[in-house]
Amino acid sequence: MDINAGDTAWVLVSAGLVLFMTPGLAFFYGGMVRGKSVLAIMGQCFGVLAVVSVVWMLLGYTLAFGSGGGGFIGGLKFAGFANAQDPVPGYTLTIPPMAFAAFQMMFCVITAALLAGTGADRMKFGSFLTFTALWALVVYVPLAHWVFSPTGWLAQMGVLDFAGGSVVEMNSGASALALAIVLGRRRGWPGEAMPPHSLPLTLVGAGVLWFGWFGFNAGSALSAGSVAAQALVSTQLAACMGLLGWIAVEKFSTKHATTLGAASGAVAGLVAITPAAGFVNSVAALFIGLGGGVAAALAVRVKFRLRYDDSLDVVGVHGVAGVVGTLAVGLFATRTVNSAVSHEGLFSGGGWHLLGVQALTVVVTLAFAFTLTWLVAQVVRRTMGLRVPPQEEIDGLDTHTHLEAAYDFGAVRAGARIPL
Amino acid sequence: MKLVTAVIKPFQLEAVKSAVQALGVPGMTVSEVQGYGRQAGHTEVYRGAEYVVDFVPKVRVEVLVDEADVHEVVEAIIAAARTGRIGDGKVWVMDVGHLARIRTGERGPDAL
Repeated sequence: MDINAGDTAWVLVSAGLVLFMTPGLAFFYGGMVRGKSVLAIMGQCFGVLAVVSVVWMLLGYTLAFGSGGGGFIGGLKFAGFANAQDPVPGYTLTIPPMAFAAFQMMFCVITAALLAGTGADRMKFGSFLTFTALWALVVYVPLAHWVFSPTGWLAQMGVLDFAGGSVVEMNSGASALALAIVLGRRRGWPGEAMPPHSLPLTLVGAGVLWFGWFGFNAGSALSAGSVAAQALVSTQLAACMGLLGWIAVEKFSTKHATTLGAASGAVAGLVAITPAAGFVNSVAALFIGLGGGVAAALAVRVKFRLRYDDSLDVVGVHGVAGVVGTLAVGLFATRTVNSAVSHEGLFSGGGWHLLGVQALTVVVTLAFAFTLTWLVAQVVRRTMGLRVPPQEEIDGLDTHTHLEAAYDFGAVRAGARIPL
Repeated sequence: MKLVTAVIKPFQLEAVKSAVQALGVPGMTVSEVQGYGRQAGHTEVYRGAEYVVDFVPKVRVEVLVDEADVHEVVEAIIAAARTGRIGDGKVWVMDVGHLARIRTGERGPDAL
């Protein structure tokens, strides 16, 4: 098929939008941790951006989107972006395959970066970068092949995942749970107060994520047409309803709507609409966003019962809202929005088939991501170690890991420069 | 010479400063502090995690005064800082053994 300039321009811009989500995530997470370890988590987000981009170019893209492997893993034809101008197996694209490869690179980056949230305030910088490099190849890439590549076995079964409810959201949620378990809790958690040190930073981050999500979802149309437009609108509506859903839960349970809840709810709504954005109509998007926001608001409390320290709620927000959205596709997907919908959802008159496939994908994704991430985390723990020493955790990671302080106010601390 | 120290509600600082200034006292040091007395702390909730915050933000005011002016200054601070609600704070007075103005080297009451 011919290259379409409009489609190409939109996907290239979308790649930039999705890239911007990772610094956005750095703000979002940075505000939520304690002031003594804010550079550590923001540094991890930027570090993973560098590492996983290169891993994607070397091996990730070819294993995710190359042909071969019986639907389980791609071949090596595109290794090191060789032959990356050749058609992507299974796809009929109107954009250069290299634009597609770049767009998908950003997805792998942001998904790996999400895992920084579960290990906040205690995970070693070098170990985190090593872990994410391995994780991208062992966990993300197979799932991307199964679901995103039309030659993957789940895609062949007919699963619908528009922009990564499975590959990005449920995957990061289940992986975060495994990592949190292998890593262990922060010292003092849950007894000691660990409130966010800068909610304005978190709100800025939520805004950047929201903005970038237009590229994430509407860009996943891989064209600049009506599906992209519907995906963008659905994304907006779901973010709004997620925000309202979360603060409504807060208002009823603790009597105060919080700004952290608003930021979290918007993200939960965005997560929930991710698998559905280009498959459902605007009314369905309202319900999906609301479902994601409410479910995640309730889910983030579970860790206090079960005592796993998923510090910044990757499980509760991305995992749970990802499940909500993935199942919702089985209810709301409709051919009127996207002709690529082969089986419509239950409420669109398509019967139970699609919901069954979506449910299978939920189970497969959660089980695969949890198990493999647990293994990768164990390997890194037994070789490099995952945690900083106790004293560094108490003092804060910033001064020990980076020899920097995030905030240096006032003359008393300024000190004198050591001459060269 | 005496050191008058008051821990007051931050909102009352302006009134206390004006009252002390009106008495002609030439200097004052203030600092932001946190603490608790009979006034309870408060709770904050983040993503469903509830925290008790025991320490309440206060302002500490320190004024060096001559023996003769102590009573007047203390009463002025009390009058200016009082809202009648719990958490208004405390005022106390301590002896100052030595005092020097660094710039001129003046000692004792001359340095006030």
